[in-house]
Amino acid sequence: MTIKFEVNGKPVEIDAPADTPLLWVLRDDLDLTGTKFGCGIGECGACTVHVGGRATRSCITPISSLEGASITTIEGLDPQGNHPVQEAWRNQQVPQCGYCQSGQIMQAVTLLNDFPNPTDADIDGVMGGSLCRCMTYIRIRKAIKEAAVNMPGGETSNGQN
Amino acid sequence: MARIEQIAARQDGRAGLSRRGFLLTAAGAGFMFGFARKADASQVYPSSLPGGGMFEPNIWCAIGPDGTVNVNVIRAEMGQHVGTALARIIADEMEADWDKVKITQVDTDPKWGLMVTGGSWSVWMTWDVFRQAGAAARTVMIEEGAKLLGTTPAACSAHNGVVTANGKSISYGDIVARSKPTRSYTPEEMAKLPLKPVSERRLIGKPVAALDIPSKTTGAAIYGIDAKLEGMVYGRPKMPPTRYGSKVVSVDDTDAKKVPGYLRYVVLEDPSETVPGWVVVLAKTYPAAIRATDALKVNWTAGKTHSVSEAQILDRGRELIAKKEGGTYVFDDKGTEDALHAAHNLIEREYICASVAHYQLEPLNALAQQVGDTWEIHTGNQWQSLFLPVIAKALQVPDSKVIMRTYLLGGGFGRRLNGDYAIPAALVSKAIGGKPVKLILTRSDDMMFDSIRSPSVQKVQVGLNADDKIVAMRHDAAAGWPTEVMAAPFMSKGADGKPYDQFAIAGADHWYDTGPTQIRAISNDLAKETFRPGWLRSVSSGWTPWALESALDEVAHAIKQDPVAFRLSLLTATGRNAGQAPDSTGGAKRQAAVLQRLADKIGWGKTQLPADTALGVATTFGQERGMPTWTAAAAQVHVDRKTGVVTCQKLWLVLDAGTIIDPGGALAQTEGGALWGLSMALFEGTEIENGTIRARNLHNYTPARIGDTPEMDVEFIDSTEKPMGLGEPGVTAIAPAIGNAIHNAVGVRLRKLPIRPQDVLAALREHHTS
Repeated sequence: MTIKFEVNGKPVEIDAPADTPLLWVLRDDLDLTGTKFGCGIGECGACTVHVGGRATRSCITPISSLEGASITTIEGLDPQGNHPVQEAWRNQQVPQCGYCQSGQIMQAVTLLNDFPNPTDADIDGVMGGSLCRCMTYIRIRKAIKEAAVNMPGGETSNGQN
Repeated sequence: MARIEQIAARQDGRAGLSRRGFLLTAAGAGFMFGFARKADASQVYPSSLPGGGMFEPNIWCAIGPDGTVNVNVIRAEMGQHVGTALARIIADEMEADWDKVKITQVDTDPKWGLMVTGGSWSVWMTWDVFRQAGAAARTVMIEEGAKLLGTTPAACSAHNGVVTANGKSISYGDIVARSKPTRSYTPEEMAKLPLKPVSERRLIGKPVAALDIPSKTTGAAIYGIDAKLEGMVYGRPKMPPTRYGSKVVSVDDTDAKKVPGYLRYVVLEDPSETVPGWVVVLAKTYPAAIRATDALKVNWTAGKTHSVSEAQILDRGRELIAKKEGGTYVFDDKGTEDALHAAHNLIEREYICASVAHYQLEPLNALAQQVGDTWEIHTGNQWQSLFLPVIAKALQVPDSKVIMRTYLLGGGFGRRLNGDYAIPAALVSKAIGGKPVKLILTRSDDMMFDSIRSPSVQKVQVGLNADDKIVAMRHDAAAGWPTEVMAAPFMSKGADGKPYDQFAIAGADHWYDTGPTQIRAISNDLAKETFRPGWLRSVSSGWTPWALESALDEVAHAIKQDPVAFRLSLLTATGRNAGQAPDSTGGAKRQAAVLQRLADKIGWGKTQLPADTALGVATTFGQERGMPTWTAAAAQVHVDRKTGVVTCQKLWLVLDAGTIIDPGGALAQTEGGALWGLSMALFEGTEIENGTIRARNLHNYTPARIGDTPEMDVEFIDSTEKPMGLGEPGVTAIAPAIGNAIHNAVGVRLRKLPIRPQDVLAALREHHTS
């Protein structure tokens, strides 16, 4: 089937079986390899992107559900890669192997939109679905708190610039 | 570890390499990090070094006429920021301007010698050679700079990429541009160069931003799974029922053909016998490969281990331990048996550790193609020197016709020391005429094919006299031996001259004075036949301390001694525990020092904690006896008596790893390692069922998540001793510290990892009844 949607502000048209997961369209058709394949069942968070501003597991999202949707990937979060969450991630030296970190960052951006001043419980609740096998959790928590301070108050861009 | 270096030298000899006076003329291939001060700096693949005219005093570093300093790194980047740490060593000695340093993660080439990244060895192995390589570059810069400044080398000093004399100065870049130096150094010549004194170090030990981090925050970082070649097709294996011995009887692709994009299947013929019974499905896209593989019907005759269970493997371990014969003695002190026999009080305990999966987040994958008469394998790997020859054997070509292209690893943790996943990619490409094939294992394929941490059985015996002094000790450990299966020439020789897998016993060969002591490593043959035992972060030092440090705690409690004071009394640093320069200078005294420091900072014996909450301690020597990272850890846990749930509230670690190169990286590795220790203590573990592990994905494999993460306090002892490793020591002491804390909290002793709530409840019930 042919599906039209928007990725990082650009219109795309995809011709693929309806049940094709968004993940593989992003990675293999659109060369947006920052979004990663981890578990394939929506339980690790490495494939997290924004669909309509909401954190979404692209590995279990069929393209048939995306007609007209607006999708943001890690590559489109900020034109310079300088979203406050990305900056906080660098300041706190969060990534180790880095494989989960695109998904962590995309999840953290929506966390901060929903909870501009998150408590540890908020962070644990929202970030609990994002596995980091290097176990960088201590720094993820610090970076989220740093980003919360640096995110413009009341911003609701949902990561779509 | 000297052994690894001997083998490296042997391999070089076989390759006809003397490594003498090697001068690079062509730019190396691989990928680069550097100048990553800006967020848009991304790694480049494929890459070549910019410009010509580089001055290369040795194969490890080069200086360009623009002042750029390139450092060649042969260690895999899998999250340890290894390139940054190694480049800091060379740049410090060279007196380079750090802002002009970049690193190239190189592809395989015999000239690099042994390419292996594991064992927490990278810094320890590279420390001398990189300081010498840096000294060579600095020496030439000073000599050539002196000529250009019209003075003598003695009048010159080098600092931050500039040579200065009598108020005049010239940059390294200008020296290279103007003098075009060509001098190269042999390793022997480099070894004679004077090194900077500790007081002159400017980069080592100072905070630094890791060069690989920026691209990992923007999606620009390229891992093996991201590699792409023109015209490639996608492959997924149909996993056979057993790791070994499965034979394909018939294949029916009637339903697979209904999947749009399905191309064909290939029954692999594997002369290397790495992937027996594999069938690979090819498709135009990976989702099509997934679906077509699900739809493909394969009939196999399963291997003989198709019904083996974890319980059978553990029972086999017990049986082997009970036998007097067999296994290899690492320590075999005279009189141990007699002293144990004559002991006034013999404390004997058994400890179990369950199977553990790697679950490195990037599923196994490799992209293979033939270019001319050479096979290119694009994949992240930790031990290229070990598996390149296996790939060559599978393809039936000489080693020189295989090159492994280097990528970032989406987690290693030892899984990618075993390069078995590259073989099917190469074979399936060969089956379709060398065209590029990207083979990706789904998570369930990946877990079924994992080289797990073997389940293990350990028996510890401690003999005490009437005065409660230890008179003898014995520790037997039975598990599948990874090194025996995959790298037999790397095995060590025991006290009895027999080979053994040091990675299946290290950690038991402790630094305590326990009187005559026997330590025996036993290969569990049923484990070896059922699965391919793997090296998993901290290998045996992730599980032998579970037995050793739990047992010593049990002894301390049995004789009513304080567990910390009891351990300190055994760390006397005499005899074989006195230590040896340069690796274990000070010996067990340094282990005592980290333990004492830990006890002081946690207020051991002085804190008042709420009910069912307590501290526990454990201490190790990190990864291996010959390269000790002295480690002490404490855990504060709360036990919920109703549910059996153990909550780890805080972890403390004190480590003496000698000189710390990159403090931020050292801390990150220790934090991650400690949480692995926590995860394997409380949250993750699986079991062999029907010849393979039961866990297939995160629905039934449950590593620690952010909400499980306790507060953590990590301290490194200030030291100028030779740097040891830090990738794994953080793991080692955590599980026993938690087990000991549980005992202190509620009085029950858990002897099996992972500690599940039902085990805690059962132990509490038993404790209550007794």
